[in-house]
Amino acid sequence: MSAPLLEVRHLSVDFPTRRGTLLAIDDVSFDIAPGEVLGVVGESGAGKSLTGAAIIGLLEPPGRIAGGEILLEGRRIDKLPHEDMRKLRGRHIGAIFQDPLTSLNPLYTVGRQLVETIRTHLPLSEKQARERAIALLADTGIPAPEARFDQYPHQFSGGMRQRVVIALALAAEPKLIVADEPTTALDVSIQAQIIALLKKVCREHGAAVMLVTHDMGVIAETCDRVAVMYAGRIVEIGPVADVIHRPAHPYTVGLMGSIPAMDEDRERLLQIDGAMPRLNAIPAGCAFNPRCPKVFDRCRVERPDLAQAGATRAACWLLASHGAAS
Amino acid sequence: MNKPLVEVQDLAKTFEVSAPWLNRVVEGKPRQFVHAVDGVSFDIGRGRTLALVGESGCGKSTVARLLVGLYAPTRGTIRFDGQDTRAVFASAGGQALHRRMQMIFQDPFASLNPRWKVLDIVAEPLREHGLVQGKAAVQDRVGELLKSVGLAAADAAKFPHQFSGGQRQRISIARALATQPEFLVCDEPTSALDVSVQAQVLNIMKDLQQRQGLTYLFISHNLAVVRHVADDVGVMYLGRLVEVAPKAELFARPRHPYTRMLLDAIPDIGMSGRARTPVQGEVPNPLEPPSGCSFHPRCPHANERCRSERPLQQMLGGIRIACHAVEEGRI
Repeated sequence: MSAPLLEVRHLSVDFPTRRGTLLAIDDVSFDIAPGEVLGVVGESGAGKSLTGAAIIGLLEPPGRIAGGEILLEGRRIDKLPHEDMRKLRGRHIGAIFQDPLTSLNPLYTVGRQLVETIRTHLPLSEKQARERAIALLADTGIPAPEARFDQYPHQFSGGMRQRVVIALALAAEPKLIVADEPTTALDVSIQAQIIALLKKVCREHGAAVMLVTHDMGVIAETCDRVAVMYAGRIVEIGPVADVIHRPAHPYTVGLMGSIPAMDEDRERLLQIDGAMPRLNAIPAGCAFNPRCPKVFDRCRVERPDLAQAGATRAACWLLASHGAAS
Repeated sequence: MNKPLVEVQDLAKTFEVSAPWLNRVVEGKPRQFVHAVDGVSFDIGRGRTLALVGESGCGKSTVARLLVGLYAPTRGTIRFDGQDTRAVFASAGGQALHRRMQMIFQDPFASLNPRWKVLDIVAEPLREHGLVQGKAAVQDRVGELLKSVGLAAADAAKFPHQFSGGQRQRISIARALATQPEFLVCDEPTSALDVSVQAQVLNIMKDLQQRQGLTYLFISHNLAVVRHVADDVGVMYLGRLVEVAPKAELFARPRHPYTRMLLDAIPDIGMSGRARTPVQGEVPNPLEPPSGCSFHPRCPHANERCRSERPLQQMLGGIRIACHAVEEGRI
């Protein structure tokens, strides 16, 4: 296997507050290979968006990286000065956010925003940048890109705006794109278009993607590997087909079972009772233990680490003890 | 078959979205109307669930509000248990009719008063309709209702902020059930919830339906959820109902091109890596809907007739459909 493009090692993010420090991401490690699409799923508050924000250096204070390291092509990027990080962002890491309306400046034309981004990162003349911007708009499937170039964001529909945001993210040919819920604000028919587009342009431009979403369907369609997060930790990570069809962790099993499927009829959905714990009340041991149907004594006191479980890696004592026995 | 509980005939609702009078006069702009719901007809049988699906702005929430009387229809009739609801709501019997139909809203954070205790929230319909007298009796009944949705009777003393999104949605369900309604209108009841919590709420709704014989109108944009809960499915596009069919029929053999497109657009978990044909085009501006069939600019089967003549809902092989191409046997 080639050297990973992005390495995240033992990353922790915390929020110091008056009533103590809240640990929002707790010892998360993963790699992304060049050109790979890694999905990150989990329910609200699992820490998936924060992981993305930590990587692109956009954690909102008081949130801060409390430990661990992030390496892009072997170079540490988590301790970079503000100005260096700003240059890196856009040039080497592109970002796509959930709401395409707030990620574009309403006062500038779409073309101007693209040209500005391109010229900030690439040594191109105004004319060359304009040509490149129009080519990018065409690449992202915007009809009549020359005419659209001089229009403002409000003249675009939601789906078209998200295409512009994708064009912006790709403007400087970054090797990694962090996409945080890129299709959540869109209708299903538009969602399908945007997913297909994201897949196509990232393949053509050779960009790796970290796709953060709560939608398992989007993950299944798009990703090579998927990481499942729960209460600030990765509970399972592995190839998409294995995690979806042969999940090892009880949380992943429950998550998959609670999604209404299109290809089978069930009278009742599998349900995970309870809700994800709040950050100030994460249970001892495995964070999932109060909701886990297979909980036993060890889960309540000791925290499991990721261990090989078939084709995936999962953090569960059930699998660890099983592995030790065999 | 028994007479359906809810019969909707040619229902329409128009909202005026004109510029203010002075602007109209000075700038010479005409008055503008948006046809949020434009000639919709369907029936819901007793104890059954009809799901309405469609993309944002297609008018599904307006239909929900029309049914429970939050809006007055511009045209058309709604019959509930044989009575014309418009006439009944205007008469003295309106209160009694409201008791028989209740609504669950999408956002469990906005639909519960943060300053009220759960007891008062759930007891409000009991007091409003004078169903239970006396403090102790009200408390008992609220406790019962909370238990029926999987909460504890002691939760009545808490405030909404002490509950998670899924628990709040259960409180709204308990409130809706307080008047022992026959008909529940659920407007995207699980869209604001995480999947594991969505499963809890959907399971409770199914259990309640079986236990109390409830009839549901279930509004959602999530076809997988609809497939799980519905008996019949209606597909809406730009204020019109393009296809209404039994669930199994609709998912196995979608007839209308828009239904096919919607089904094709769902990310499919089971078939990892399947290539699908992305849908073309976007929903047009509802202020200027296309002529003829409003779907024709995105439809691969559109011809001259589709561009000029609006297709009417008609029964074809047991399903209601509004499409020239299907009617003519072209697809």
